[in-house]
This record gives sequence, structure tokens and C-alpha cells, in this order.
Amino acid sequence: MTDQVLPQVTDLPSTIAALKERFPNAVKDDTRNGYEGVIVDAASLPDFARVIRDEYGFNYLSSLTAVDYLGHGDHLEVVYHAFRVPSGGKPLVFKAQTDRQDAVIPSLVSIYPGADFQEREAYDLYGIHFAGHPNLKRILLWEGFEGHPMRKDYHEAYYEQETKPFDTRWPGGHVFRGEEYNPFGHNVRYPAGFTLDDYKPQSEADFQQSMALGVDIMGDPAFRTDRLVVNLGPHHPSTHGVFRMMVALTGETIESLEPVMGYLHRNHEKIGERNTWYGNMPFTDRLDYICSMCNNLAYAITVEQMMGGQVSVPYRAEVIRVLMAELTRITNHLWSIGFLLNDLGAFFTPALYAIQTREYILDFFEATAGSRMMCNYMRIGGVFKDLPQRIRSEAALINDRVRDMDTLEYLEQLINDRLPRSIDELDELLSESEIIKSRCIGVGLLPAEMAIAYSASGPLLRASGVPYDIRRANPYSIYPELEFDICTRPNGDIYDRYYLRLDEMRQSVRILKQILPRLKDTQGQPIFGGKTSYSIKVPAGEAYGFAENPKGELGFYLVSMGGGNPWRYHVRAPSFINLTPLGEMCKGHKVADVVAVLGSIDIVLGETDR
Amino acid sequence: MYGSGILKGLGVTFRHLITTFIDDIQWLGRKRDVDVFQQKQSLANRGLVTVEYPDEKLAVPERFRFTPFLITYNQDDPDYPGKDWCTSCGICAKVCPPQCIWIVRGTDPKTGRPKPEPEQFYIDIDICMNCGYCAEYCPFDAIKMDHNYELASYERTSAHIHDKARLSREIRYWQSIAPTIAAEEEAARGGYDHTDVQKARKKAGLEPSRPGPYAAKPAEPEPAPAAVAVAEPPAAAAPQIEASKTESAPAPKAEATPPASAADGETPPHPGWVKRGKRWIDPNAKVEPVRRKGKGE
Ligand code: SF4
Ligand code: SF4
Repeated sequence: MTDQVLPQVTDLPSTIAALKERFPNAVKDDTRNGYEGVIVDAASLPDFARVIRDEYGFNYLSSLTAVDYLGHGDHLEVVYHAFRVPSGGKPLVFKAQTDRQDAVIPSLVSIYPGADFQEREAYDLYGIHFAGHPNLKRILLWEGFEGHPMRKDYHEAYYEQETKPFDTRWPGGHVFRGEEYNPFGHNVRYPAGFTLDDYKPQSEADFQQSMALGVDIMGDPAFRTDRLVVNLGPHHPSTHGVFRMMVALTGETIESLEPVMGYLHRNHEKIGERNTWYGNMPFTDRLDYICSMCNNLAYAITVEQMMGGQVSVPYRAEVIRVLMAELTRITNHLWSIGFLLNDLGAFFTPALYAIQTREYILDFFEATAGSRMMCNYMRIGGVFKDLPQRIRSEAALINDRVRDMDTLEYLEQLINDRLPRSIDELDELLSESEIIKSRCIGVGLLPAEMAIAYSASGPLLRASGVPYDIRRANPYSIYPELEFDICTRPNGDIYDRYYLRLDEMRQSVRILKQILPRLKDTQGQPIFGGKTSYSIKVPAGEAYGFAENPKGELGFYLVSMGGGNPWRYHVRAPSFINLTPLGEMCKGHKVADVVAVLGSIDIVLGETDR
Repeated sequence: MYGSGILKGLGVTFRHLITTFIDDIQWLGRKRDVDVFQQKQSLANRGLVTVEYPDEKLAVPERFRFTPFLITYNQDDPDYPGKDWCTSCGICAKVCPPQCIWIVRGTDPKTGRPKPEPEQFYIDIDICMNCGYCAEYCPFDAIKMDHNYELASYERTSAHIHDKARLSREIRYWQSIAPTIAAEEEAARGGYDHTDVQKARKKAGLEPSRPGPYAAKPAEPEPAPAAVAVAEPPAAAAPQIEASKTESAPAPKAEATPPASAADGETPPHPGWVKRGKRWIDPNAKVEPVRRKGKGE
């Protein structure tokens, strides 16, 4: 971190006033009802960004996304949320607008390198050209894709209707399957003038050239070793899903690495815009499917923010939410440590020890929410149901083994005994192992300034020595009244990321120990303070809600036009943005270190590709 | 000392090995006893906890949700045998996030006016995301989440669209898989009967709700007719598939829902089952050539 002196004005309104003075013609307030922040003239955007970064300390561009206002002004809008890291506080929201036909916005990659993937995503899905972006090409979709699917006038292959609920389901709901539409008929769109005879699929060599690895992959006669391009993945057990890394090697040393993703892309955001507000909740489970409880929470607080006074979350619901979120943090960190060790070659012993412990937490989730991983537990204004009295089962299948335990006793035993014991055991098993130390220490370095510049979040940021945790920097739920420390580690290498996760689990246990008495005290109190109707309407406006997920900052940027469906539903996915510095982190290391670096970032492809 | 960290780690794995053997010796031959199983699955356990699926399965908790099913009155109900609980209000179809519920609302043949009964009810379970919203928002307790997760079939396109016959199950089944929740719901309704039935009965000057026939208490096995009736929907659901695959095989066994803990009682969970050691076994199940037949031909 730099020791730069921040200007005297630190509160948001005076910052905005000062900026308007500074850019008298280019910056104006966003006066639309329910909107916040400023609208910046596209031409002065880079200057504006440089000023807020260097002079006002907004050094962290957390989220960048686009909105299509078709029929509501007919323009495209790029929305930026910048934070001060590590001091925290509310984000500075600024927007730039452009024409739908010829959409150009200056790129901010040179100011905020963390904008790299996010601008590529906005280009891919909205067709906005970011002038000056070093490598502007599609990121989630394939190069030959026709159209930009997030635009409001784009209709997907099995398009039925703009928004759910669809009219064909009731009262005359004669079932048909989507695939009964001819899959190669009217639901596929081809570029104008397309004929199959002229179609040439992109060759692997073209693809490698287009990947802009930054080095001449065709070889350099001055080198005495071969320069190789190696594809790690897409199908590889240590890529944590279907993920491909294109690596240019000299000998065994990495010169350049370019991630290729999107194999699991399903345009979650388009689905989200068709869905009702409630309908999105179970879909968030499928983002980072290890941490569905935390995803639910982040979505719920975002919509609650938009609903304002219409919902109020009861205290017990907040207690249960934190209980779930912290248990989820432990499951995620157990999982990620286990699989980091798999990536390092300690095949499955540590992972299975970790998973065994995780299983006890999932049992509790299953008994409470109904599902181990796809919890769908939070509601807008509370939670689905109170904790059950007993974790008990009834036999429904042949050979079923039944169990019956008191829920609170189970939780007490879990939090006071089992989880600390398992964490200590992992610590004892791994932390001092000479093999792990020699593989991890000093590998995959991410210095603090770089981590901030690349918008890294979560353990990746904190392991680089930046004490930034949204639970403290922008508190939500009942975190302000709970005692816990923000863990950091100084070095920013794989070992520190591993060790930081152990520390964070211990802090989570500490939080959970404070939750237990609150659970007992609030027994019988209400757990839902929202609307009980099956469909809700959200007042027009926008909101950016974010939470400290186990993998980093999970943000939802939502825009409502006042109806029963979101106009815009954007997910700021930590697994996606944390990959931005991957290439830099791997440079100069050996090829075997790549999987370890990737494992230490801890991604889930369901969230990366969305 | 260099290497001490590795040795320490190996100590942990060794400890796991030893505790697992201690478990095995301690519970020699009693591995499948219900109480031993519960102990092994508990938080205090230190050895290995493998559940040997499919020889044994972890029963799922009451709130567990898999695919939805529709509730009907019991077939042996004296007043409303087999009557649907669903009123065809369409809320579940509207709230369903992936829109996989399809309902044809019933109409009165005489007046042509809609009546509160579904004519057809389909759920495409390939699309169902098991979210549980339909059960949560149904105002009539008419749709519930099933616990049976063993739904593999050979016919994706036909067997995975559950129609009304396949979806309907007696309320007795719901009471048997989720007794606590069923009792809570009953209390909220103000009686065993469907809310609309209660209203109608009140109008007719009857007692609004009859005392409900409950599912058998976990300790006692269910009466035989109940077991048969419960087993009916799955058997009826996939008749073509079963028929084409089994040919000479014995007629499909009643395969659903052994009453709660019959496995440790002395009554067989199903008629005709025999006891081998500690376990009840269906003597015909092993030879049922479903898979083998379908493969080579
Ligand atoms: S919500 Fe309940 S009553 Fe209404 S249509 Fe669905 S199952 Fe039937
Ligand atoms: S469980 Fe969810 S996805 Fe499945 S039918 Fe019910 S509402 Fe639809």
C-alpha cells in the first residue's frame, strides 16, 4: 500500500461536490429516481478515474457492468463502483452513457487493471467497445458467436416471453419440452449472409494467435530451448471445473498465461432478468455452489436495500443468517484447503479429512434448508424457516438409516468441539510440512498494490496484507456487534493464502461461538419480516449490494423498473474477477506451479462462467 | 529438524488409521445396528464414517426436498376417497423459477366454468431445480417435496415428465415421511381436512374437520393395504419401461416406503422379505434382471 495522504474530504457527498467542481461540464448528478452517484461524460472518463484514484483514494474498482436502457432512453450505460481500500466506506458510483448503435466507452484498464475481464465481459454481452483496451475480445462466449445476448432486444434460443411467469403454464398448460422446438430451425440465428459452405471454424493456431499471449509463440531463433504453447485444461482435475489456461513456456518456465473460460456459461444474468425477484434466489445457489447460503444472503440484502422500509429483517433472522454464512465460510475454506493440497499432489487424504468435517455442516444445512448445497434458504426479509427442533429423519427408501439429534445440542457440539478440532488437525497435518512449504512459500506472489489494482478480493486480497473485509468495511447484518479480527498475512504467496484460510476458519468459529447464545435468547421470535405474497414488486431504482463471501466480494447490481422482474441483474463474481491477476502471478514460475496458484485463488467455475 | 513437519503430518494420518481400526474392533459385527450407526455418524466419532450406498442409505431429514408430488386424500378415506387437494389455483406454476409446472385447469362439463380441480398436472423433473417454492407457496398444502431421490430411468423423454397420476400420492405418505411438518400444517389448517373441504363441511352443518387418520407410529408397521396403496403410483408410472425391460422377471415388487423403523423390528418391512443376519432382504430383488436384460439386446 502507498502511504499517500488522502484529501480532507472523505465523506461521499462532499467528494461528489468537489468532483463536480473539478469537472464542471463533464460530471453531473444522477437524478433519476432511486439512482445514486454521478454520470460522467464518456470523453472525460479516464481523467475522472485518475483523479478519483489518485486524489480521492478510490483505488479499488470493484464492479464494472453495463445496462441496456432500451425503451427507457435507448442508451447503454456502463456502471462503475469504486471503493477505498482498505479504509472502506460506501462506494463512489459513476456511470458513462453511450449510444446503442455505436457503443464506445474509453477503457479504464490502464488506470484500474481490474477492469480488464469486466470490460471484456461487457463487450461480450453488450457489444460495448472499450477504446484502448489491450485485448478486447469475447470472454464468456466463443469468438464466432453472433450478437450480444444481454441486450434487451436479443432473444435466446428457447425464448418464450420477456418475463416469467409464462402464460402457457396455467390455466391451459399442455406440457411441451423446450427441445421439441427444432433445435436447428427457427430458434438459431445466423449472421447475415451466412452459408455453411463458406464457414471456416477458427483453427487452433488462429486461436492461439488471437489469445495475445504477449510473446511470439511461433518461436524465436535466439532461444536455444523451444517455446511451447501448452493448454492446461479445459478437462483437467486440477482446473476445478472446465477451465483452460493457455500457457507459453520457455523450457519449463512460464512466459505468459491467458485464461480461457466460459465453458460453463449459461447467461445466468439473462435468466435473472427473465425471472421474478423471488425466482432468482434458487438460481444464486448455482453460482458458487459451495457457498449457496452466502450467495442467498448477498442477493437478499441487495433486494432488501431496494425495498427500503417495506421489509425489515427480524433480529433472529439476522442471527440465523450469520450462523449460516459463517458455517458456509468454514465449509468453503475446508474445501479449498483440501483441494489446494490435491493440486499440490497430496492426493485426497487432506481433502477427504476436510470433506468429512464439511459433511457435518451440510447435514445441518440439509435438515434446516432442505438441501445440502442448493440451500435456497434466505428470503427477502428473513429466512425460509426457523431451525428445526431436531435433526431427524424418517426412512423413505429401502435400507434407510435414520438419525435423530437435538439441533441446538448438535450445533453446540459442532461449534465448540468438532470444528476447532478439525481445523487444528488440518493445521497439524499440513502447516509445517516441508514439502508444502517448499512448494508454496514465495510462489504465486501478489503484492498488495497489485492485489488492489487488480480488484482482487477476499482471502486473495487479505493474504497480500490488505486488511479489507466487507464485514468490517461496509458492515451488513449483525456483524457490527460481533467480535472478530480481520486476518491478514504479509507475503501474498500460496502459503499465506492457505494459512489465512485456516485463520479465517478460526475467526468464523469465534463468531459462531457468539452466535450460539443469541440463538438461544431469540428462540421463538419471528424469522421473516417481508412480504408473504408469492410475487413481489420492487420500487424502481438501482442498488449494488455486496457481501464478504468466502471467495471474495460477491456483489449484485440490480435495476428495477418497478415491476415483478429485475430490469438488470448483474453478478459481480469473485471467482471471475480474482482470476484477472492469474497471468501475472504465474509469470516466471514453473508449469507445475500453475495448478497450485490456481488452487490458492480458489475459484468455482459455476460462478466464474455464470 | 528438517522433516519433522512431515512426520507430524504422518502422525495425524496414522491416528486416523488407528481410530478407524479401534472403531471396527469395538463394533465388530454390529456395524449395521441402528444405534451403532447413529453413533458412527455423530460428531463425537473419530474413525471412518463411510455409508455403504446402496446397501445402506442415510435417511434424509424431514425438510429434505427432491421432486414435488401432489397430495390426495387416502384411497380408503370414507368420505372423499382419492380426492385431489390441488385446487388448480396456479400459484405454484407462477412461482416456479424455471417454469416447469404445467397445469390444465379443470372445467365443469355442464356450465363450462372453471372448477377448483386440475384436469392435468405435469412437472418436467429434468427442469425442476428442487427449490421447494411450489410447496412453500401453495396455499392448500397440496404440493409437497418428495424424499425419494432414486429416480433414474431409461426413458428420459417420457419418464421424466411426471403427469398427474405419477405425481399424486396419498396424504398418508406425506405424514409418513415428514410427520412433524405434516402435524404442523394440520394445526395451521385447523384440522386434518383440506381447507376447502372444511369450509364445505361447515356450510353443510357438519363438524369442519374429521379427526385424521394418521400414519402408523414409527414403532408399528403400517397396515398392509396402506403399504400397497402407497406403492401404487411408482408402479403405475413407468409401466411400459418396466414391461419392456423385465419380460420374464417377477412382477415389480412393492418398492416404496418401508414404515419408519421396521428394519430393526421383527416384522418384515415388506411382505415376503427374509432376514439375513441383521438385515431384511427382498429375496427376489437380487435376481431382478432389469439392467442385464436391457444391455446386450
Ligand atoms: S399452488 Fe397448490 S393448489 Fe395451487 S395449483 Fe399449485 S398445487 Fe394446486
Ligand atoms: S421445486 Fe421449484 S423448480 Fe421444482 S417444480 Fe417446485 S417450484 Fe418448480
